[in-house]
Amino acid sequence: MAIWIAEESKLLIQGITGSQGHFHGEKMVEYGTDVVGGVTPGKGGRTIELADREVPVFNGMLEAINATDADASVIYVPPPFAAEAIMEAADAFDRIKGEGVIVCITEGIPILDMVRAVSYVNDRPGIRLIGPNCPGIITPGDGGGCKIGIMPGHIHAKGRIGVVSKSGTLTYEAVAQTMSIGEGQSTCIGIGGDPVNGTGFIDCLSAFEADEQTVAVVMIGEIGGTAEEDAAAWAAANMSKPIIGFVAGSTAPPGKRMGHAGAIISGGKGTAAEKFAAFEAAGIHIARDPSEIGAVLKVALEQAGLL
Amino acid sequence: MASTPHRRIVERRVYGRRHVGMNIHEYQGKQLFREAGVKVLDGVHCRSVEDALAAYDLLDSKVVAVKSQIHAGGRGKGNLYCPTDGTLLMEGGVKIAFSREDVETYARGILGHILVTKQTGPAGKLVSNVYVETGCAIAHEYYLALLVDREAKSVLIMASTEGGMDIEEVAENTPEAIHKVWVDPSAGLLGFQKRNLGMSLGLSGAALKDFFRMIGSLYELFIANDCSMVEINPLVRTEDDEIVALDAKIGFDENATFRHKNWAELRDLAEEEPTETRAHEAGLSYVKLDGDIGCLVNGAGLAMATMDVIKLYGGEPANFLDIGGGADDAKVQEAFEIILEDPNVKGILVNIFGGIQRCDVVAKAVLAVSENMGLEVPLVIRLSGTMYEEGRAIIDASDLDCTSVETLAEGAEAIVSLIGGGQ
Repeated sequence: MAIWIAEESKLLIQGITGSQGHFHGEKMVEYGTDVVGGVTPGKGGRTIELADREVPVFNGMLEAINATDADASVIYVPPPFAAEAIMEAADAFDRIKGEGVIVCITEGIPILDMVRAVSYVNDRPGIRLIGPNCPGIITPGDGGGCKIGIMPGHIHAKGRIGVVSKSGTLTYEAVAQTMSIGEGQSTCIGIGGDPVNGTGFIDCLSAFEADEQTVAVVMIGEIGGTAEEDAAAWAAANMSKPIIGFVAGSTAPPGKRMGHAGAIISGGKGTAAEKFAAFEAAGIHIARDPSEIGAVLKVALEQAGLL
Repeated sequence: MASTPHRRIVERRVYGRRHVGMNIHEYQGKQLFREAGVKVLDGVHCRSVEDALAAYDLLDSKVVAVKSQIHAGGRGKGNLYCPTDGTLLMEGGVKIAFSREDVETYARGILGHILVTKQTGPAGKLVSNVYVETGCAIAHEYYLALLVDREAKSVLIMASTEGGMDIEEVAENTPEAIHKVWVDPSAGLLGFQKRNLGMSLGLSGAALKDFFRMIGSLYELFIANDCSMVEINPLVRTEDDEIVALDAKIGFDENATFRHKNWAELRDLAEEEPTETRAHEAGLSYVKLDGDIGCLVNGAGLAMATMDVIKLYGGEPANFLDIGGGADDAKVQEAFEIILEDPNVKGILVNIFGGIQRCDVVAKAVLAVSENMGLEVPLVIRLSGTMYEEGRAIIDASDLDCTSVETLAEGAEAIVSLIGGGQ
């Protein structure tokens, strides 16, 4: 059953006529995602070719959802306009369907814009925001599936492992690790590396716990903030399924931002050592090296009687 | 387990202070305060001893402060050293001058010298600017900071009656002395929040009114300027019950650069690491480290993990370098150049897991670099993901002297053994 995104979910692309929107639109269609249209203000009324299909372009999200009955939207809009695109999607999904998933890929959105956008989304309880600055979400299917974002589709396969990560490429690494022991994925979510974002670790763990298809979760954190510690504490109290954890940034020096806006050790806090310790205290199976995730996952599955 | 509440306060505050790059000097921050209606004392920015003496004459105040301008805190308790022979020249980077002679002595002691504080690290910072400011009669010192709280996803205002102190110590020892207000972004900072915060600092009467007005202006400044952090330590109540900012530490959110054309002039490139600035301009994310294995990776998380795994195999990373998604040939070449400029680099590990990034583009760029620059250090390449077969084929078909591997662990092991490191 996977989480949030079903194999047959219908998707809109905000920024569909831009180079990123168009390029990844084609990749998503090739993977099997049911892309039903897109939005670029001022370019409504035309159509655009994405791989084997031609989809309509709309001027706004209200019109687009009304016409297509989409379940989700993915945003490839440049940073100055991305937060507004999130709010437009949230407003439209909320008005028309009372629910919807918004995936924001855009990197470099001003943090105060995100403070406003996240607050706006949170005022609409049926709306889920994933990202920004993330690879997206994918639910692999039998021959295809639903890929919303920028991840390479071909590395995934349908299966029973949930994956959640702050980092993009490290998510791919984790996926490759599950495949190395012959396990596929239920759903993989990149929650993004920005300090203020939508969906967090606990939302994902909670959904995986409730999902029948998922039997275990790989969780990839990184330095900065306390989201990993909070998730570990939550998991210790609420999670019955095994979790395999890795945290990037053991060797990062304090006070330096490591690429992601949120990845910074400050005042000796937010270190990988603290996060690994929190994972261990919560009974999470730890991989110290991402190349070990497969082996650790295998042991965890054996211990849980799943292999 | 989750961290304790007061540790989080420290984390959040410090997070804010050092978050996302662009800081400005105190004298620039105070100009922003002046324009926004946050009270500051009269002061003059100076770049020479002559400037400082002219400032003293202009300010016409019995007592002035001569303040070193660097992008780091702890200036008052810092020490000034000679940049050539490292001898200690003067204790304290912020001095109170009671005469024209004092001003001359202190400005001479500060300008052109290295200030080392708790926050600069042992290398310190060269001081090229001082701020000469009038004094005032202080009744009490407070601490005030605004920042974005990543857990609460909103702007957090923190205030304490323990101004002038190291706020980390206050948070550690007396967390109850720190008062906090979270601002709902749709409502903005509300009157009762301003009033309660002022009253929690023990203010009343004219001082409370002045605080109420000041905090409103400061919040507006924070939002209008896309700040990631504003810290005032100390904020003071004068004997005339006025609320005045004696310090101004401001950081901007670099993601908002596109809507603040004035930031270019406020930026002091002398305060930034030149290679990191160059990388930033090329769209690369680079942090120099002390080791000898250069890393070229796509994605911040994978770049950190690559460093971690090198260390696990007994090596030391020379840098963090994220080429981002969809880097082209020129960008990858620039990344190589930056890595090779570091004289400590004895070997390079390229680790690409292509999503947006195409492996064949990286492979071609590596060949071009080797042709143009000549690669004299061992090179290990790991290509996975989008177009990895094409990428590996390009490398294999060339006469490039490198080791091609399939996983990160193999890559780390190979590069560590090639440079003769590890156990």
